[in-house]
Amino acid sequence: MMIHFVLLISRQGKVRLTKWYSTYSKKERSKVLRELSGVILTRGPRLCNFVEWRGLKVVYKRYASLYFCMCIDPDGNELEILEIIHHYVEVLDRYFGSVCELDLIYNFHKAYYILDEILISGELQESSKRTVVRSVAAQDSLVEAAKEETGSTISNIIAHAAK
Amino acid sequence: MNPFSSGTRLRDMIRAIRACKTAAEERAVVRKECAAIRAAINENDQDYRHRNLAKLMFIHMLGYPTHFGQMECLKLIASTGFPEKRIGYLGLMLLLDERQEVLMLVTNSLKQDLNHSNQYIVGLALCALGNISSAEMARDLAPDVERLLQFRDPNIRKKAALCSIRIIKKVPDLAENFMHPASSLLKEKHHGVLITGVQLCTDLCKVSSEALEYFRENCIEGLVKTLRDIANSPYSPEYDIAGITDPFLHIRLLKLLRILGQGDAGASDCMTDILAQVASRTESNKNAGNAILYECVETIMSIEDNGGLRVLAINILGRFLSNRDNNIRYVGLNMLMKAIMVDAKAVQRHRATILECVKDSDASIQKRALELVYLLVNESNVKPLTKELIEYLEVSNQEFKGDITAKICSLVEKFSPAKIWYIDQMLKVLSEAGNFVKDEVWHALIIVISNASDLHGYTVRALYRVFQASTEQESLVRVAVWCVGEYGDMLVNNVGMLDIEEPITVTESDAVDAMEVAIKCQRLGLTTKAMALIALFKLSSRFPSCSERIKDIIVQNKRSLVLELQQRSIEFSCILQKHHNIRSALVERMPILDEATFTGRKAGSLPTAVSASSIIPCNLPNGIAKPAAAPIGDLLDLSSDDAPPAPVSSGGDFLQDLLGVDLSPASAPSGTSQSPKTGTDVLLDLLSIGTLPPVQSSSSAIDILSSSHDNKAPVANLNGLASHSSLSANATSPASSAGMMDLLNGTGAITQKHEENGPAYPSLVAYESSTLRMTFNFSKQPGNPQTTFIQATFTNLSPNVYNGFLFQAAVPKFLQLHLDPASSNTLPASGNGSITQCLKVTNTQHGKKSLVMRIRIAYKTNDKDVLEEGQINNFPRDL
Repeated sequence: MMIHFVLLISRQGKVRLTKWYSTYSKKERSKVLRELSGVILTRGPRLCNFVEWRGLKVVYKRYASLYFCMCIDPDGNELEILEIIHHYVEVLDRYFGSVCELDLIYNFHKAYYILDEILISGELQESSKRTVVRSVAAQDSLVEAAKEETGSTISNIIAHAAK
Repeated sequence: MNPFSSGTRLRDMIRAIRACKTAAEERAVVRKECAAIRAAINENDQDYRHRNLAKLMFIHMLGYPTHFGQMECLKLIASTGFPEKRIGYLGLMLLLDERQEVLMLVTNSLKQDLNHSNQYIVGLALCALGNISSAEMARDLAPDVERLLQFRDPNIRKKAALCSIRIIKKVPDLAENFMHPASSLLKEKHHGVLITGVQLCTDLCKVSSEALEYFRENCIEGLVKTLRDIANSPYSPEYDIAGITDPFLHIRLLKLLRILGQGDAGASDCMTDILAQVASRTESNKNAGNAILYECVETIMSIEDNGGLRVLAINILGRFLSNRDNNIRYVGLNMLMKAIMVDAKAVQRHRATILECVKDSDASIQKRALELVYLLVNESNVKPLTKELIEYLEVSNQEFKGDITAKICSLVEKFSPAKIWYIDQMLKVLSEAGNFVKDEVWHALIIVISNASDLHGYTVRALYRVFQASTEQESLVRVAVWCVGEYGDMLVNNVGMLDIEEPITVTESDAVDAMEVAIKCQRLGLTTKAMALIALFKLSSRFPSCSERIKDIIVQNKRSLVLELQQRSIEFSCILQKHHNIRSALVERMPILDEATFTGRKAGSLPTAVSASSIIPCNLPNGIAKPAAAPIGDLLDLSSDDAPPAPVSSGGDFLQDLLGVDLSPASAPSGTSQSPKTGTDVLLDLLSIGTLPPVQSSSSAIDILSSSHDNKAPVANLNGLASHSSLSANATSPASSAGMMDLLNGTGAITQKHEENGPAYPSLVAYESSTLRMTFNFSKQPGNPQTTFIQATFTNLSPNVYNGFLFQAAVPKFLQLHLDPASSNTLPASGNGSITQCLKVTNTQHGKKSLVMRIRIAYKTNDKDVLEEGQINNFPRDL
C-alpha cells in the first residue's frame, strides 16, 4: 500500500475529505484526524512538508485554506507524494475552474469521484490530467443523460443531490 | 410520500450546517436531517434514496454516526441506473470498511457490475473492489478482475491492474494467476496502464518469488528500454511536469528495476547504463526531478555493487543536503541513513553538513540529522562530535533536549576512550540538561565513578564545583551528593590531585553545607533529599569535627512531613546516639560496584526486576515520579548472594536500601516476605492524598531491619533497635502488614447498598464492622458532574469511646481526592453521636469509570491501637 489515507483539512480544522485505503476502525479514524490536524495545523510555514507520525510519514501541503495530507510508509518517496498531491490539485482546478474550498464543500462527492480516478487502493492510477478530467466528465454526462431520459421529478431530485 | 423526506436539498443542508454558529446548533440540524433520513429509510422511499445517501456522506464526514445508511448503499448499487450506482459505490467506500459484514452482501452486485456492458459501471465496481475488498471478496472476484486486465478500454485495464494489487495482497496465493497478464501490461503504450502494470509487477515480486524470477528473466530489457524511451522522450504536454515527461512513470520503473536488480548481479548489470543516465541527466531544480533522483539513488544503493554508480549516488545526496529546500534536505538525511550501511566512508565526508542540520529550525530535520550523526560516530571522531553536540545542547530548544541528551549519553558510554573523558562529558551533560537524563544513565555514571578509584578525588571535586554553581539539574545534584557522601574526605584533603586540576579549598563544614543545601532546597525531590541525608550520615563518621552539626541537621528532619525523610532521620539519629559501635561499619565506603555485572544485568535479565517495581504504582507525597532503583538494587543483591564478610554484607544491604531511597519494592534484597512490600505500597497510596499528616508508621523500616537473613551480631542489634525504639508504631507490626494485604484483596469491605429510588444518589453504608459503621451521603453541584461531595458519617457500635480517631482514604490515579478535617477525633460510645468528615472526589474519567476507594481508620480504645481497613467498590455507578 503506497498511500494509507488521504485527508483534506481546512485551516480551521474542518475535515473536507477523508479516504482510507488501509483499514482503520471508526474510532481509529477519528483519533487519526484529531491527532494529525493538531500536528499539521500548528506547524510553522517554513518547515518541511513531512511529519513523522506513529512510525509512518505524513506528507502534507497547503493550498490556500486547505491542507492536503497523505500518509505513507516510512520508506516511501515523500517527494513523489508531493507531486501526487499537486497532480490532484491541478485536476481539481481544471475540473472546477480555479477551484476553491467552497467548491469542495458543496461538491464534495465530485472531489471523491476525481480522487477515485487518480488513486485506487492507495496506488496512482493515471498520470495524465486530461484523461482524468475526461473520464469524470464522461460519467457526469451519463448522469445528465439519465436525467433527461426520464425527465421526471425523480431525476431532477437526483441531479440536485448530485450537484 | 413521507412528509419528512420532502425536506431539503443536499445543497440546502450543507448551507444550513455551515450557517450554524455553535456546535449545539450544528448537532440540532444534523439530528433533524438524520431523523428525516431514517424515516425515509423505514418507508423504503426510493425517490430520495440517492439524495439521502449524499447527505449522509456529508454528515459522516462531520463525524456523526451514519451506520443506519449502510444498507441504502447496497440498494443503490443494486439498482439499474448509472447515477444510482455511482453514488451507491461512493457511499459504500465512504461509510463501510472491509471489516463490516454488510460488505459480504455486495459481492453479488459487484460480480454483475464487473460484467456489465457499460464500461463506466465496470469502472465503478473495480474502483470499489480495489479500495475496500476483503480477502473473501478478493478470492470470489479474482477471475473477473483477471479477465478485465485484457479489456479493450485502457481505462478499465488500469483499474483492473490496481484492483489486482489489492487482490494479491489479500490473497497472496493468487499471485501466479496474475503473473502473465501483468507482464503483458508492461508492453503497453498508454501511460495509465503502464504505470499501474509496473506497479502490479512490483507487488507481485514482493509476494511471490516465482513472479520475481519470471520478471527477471523476461522483462528487464523491456523495462530498461521503456525507461530509456521515457527519459529521452521529447516534450509531451500531456505528461510533462517541470520539463520531465511523466515523473510518476519514471519512479515506478525505477522501483521495479530495484526489486529485480537486488541480489542479482546479471540483472543489475543490465540497468547500470540507464541508471547512470537518469542520475546524471535529471534536472534537480524542481521537486519532480528530485523525486526521480531520490528513487534513482535508492535503486543504485539497493542493486548489486557498482562502485562508480554509488559515488554518483552519494554525491547526489550531498547536493540534497546543501539544498535550500527543507524537503530536499530532509529526504537527503533520510537517504544517507540508508547509505551509511553501504558506504560509511562516503557519508562521513558530509559530516559537517549533517551536523549543521542538527541545528536546523525544523524539528523533522533535526531529528533525522541527530539520528544520522549518532550513526556516524566512531572511536576516531567521538571527541569532536560529542563536543559539538554538547555545545549545541546549551542552545537547543526544550523539546529537543531529551532526544539529544539521550543520544550524547549513549555515544559517550559506547565510544569513550578514557574514563576521565567519560566522566568529564557526563558532568557537562548533567550540568546542562541533567533533568533530561534518564535514571539508568546517572546510575551507570555512579558505577563508572566507583570503579575509577584513581579518579575519585578528581570527580568529587569537579562535582562539588558544578554543584556550587547550580542546583538546577537534579540528577547532577544526586550524583554530586552521592560522591560527597562516599568520597567526602578526598574532597577536603585534595586527595589524588591530577595535574590538570585547579586546587580548591573545601572545609569539612563546606561539604556539610552543601548537603544541607540539598536537603533544604524546595525544588529538589524526595529521592535527592533522601540521598543527601544518607550522605550526611556517612560524613558523620568521616568528619568527626562536624558530627554534632550533622546530628542537628538529621534531628531537624525527624519532624519532616515526608515519611521517608522522617523515618530515615529517626533511624540515623538513633544510630548516631546509641550505636557508635556499629556506625563506622554501616557507613563504610560502598564496595566497588561491578561494572560487568551491571551492564550484563542491564542488557539481560533486568526486565524481571524492573517490571516487579514498575507494576506497582507508587505515588510519592510530593508528587514526583518515582524512579525505579532496580539496577543498583540488583547489583547489590548479588553481593549479598555471594555471602561476603559480615560488615560488608550488612553495609551492602544497608546501602542498597539507601540507594533505593525511593522505596522501590524491588530493592528489598532477599524477598523476605511479600507483606512489607505491599504494606509500603499501601501506605504510600494512603499517604499520597497528602492532606493529612502521615501516621507514625514506618513500614519500610522492615526493609532495612529485617532484610538480613544472616544472623550477624550488628544486624541482630539493629533488629533489637527496631523493636524497642519508639518509632515503630502499630503499623509496622507484621500483623498489620498482613492486614494491608487483605485490604488489597478488597475483602475488608462489608457493604450494602440502599435499594430505594429516593434521592438521585442514595446514601451508602460504605463500611461496617462489628465496631464501626461509616455512611456516605453524596451530592453534586449542577454543571460539574465530575466532582462528587461525600459526607462521611462514622458511628461507634462498641460500648467504648474511641480516641485519636483518624480516617484516611486513597484513590486510583484517575480520581482526585480532597479530605476536609474531621468534625472531631473522639467518637462517643454506643452510637451516642458521630463524627462527620467531608470528602471531595473528582473523577477525571466520569462516565467511563466508577469511583473506587480504599480506606483506613485508626483509633485508640482502651489504650489499644485499632486499625480498620476496607475497600469501597459499590459506589453508585454514575458518580
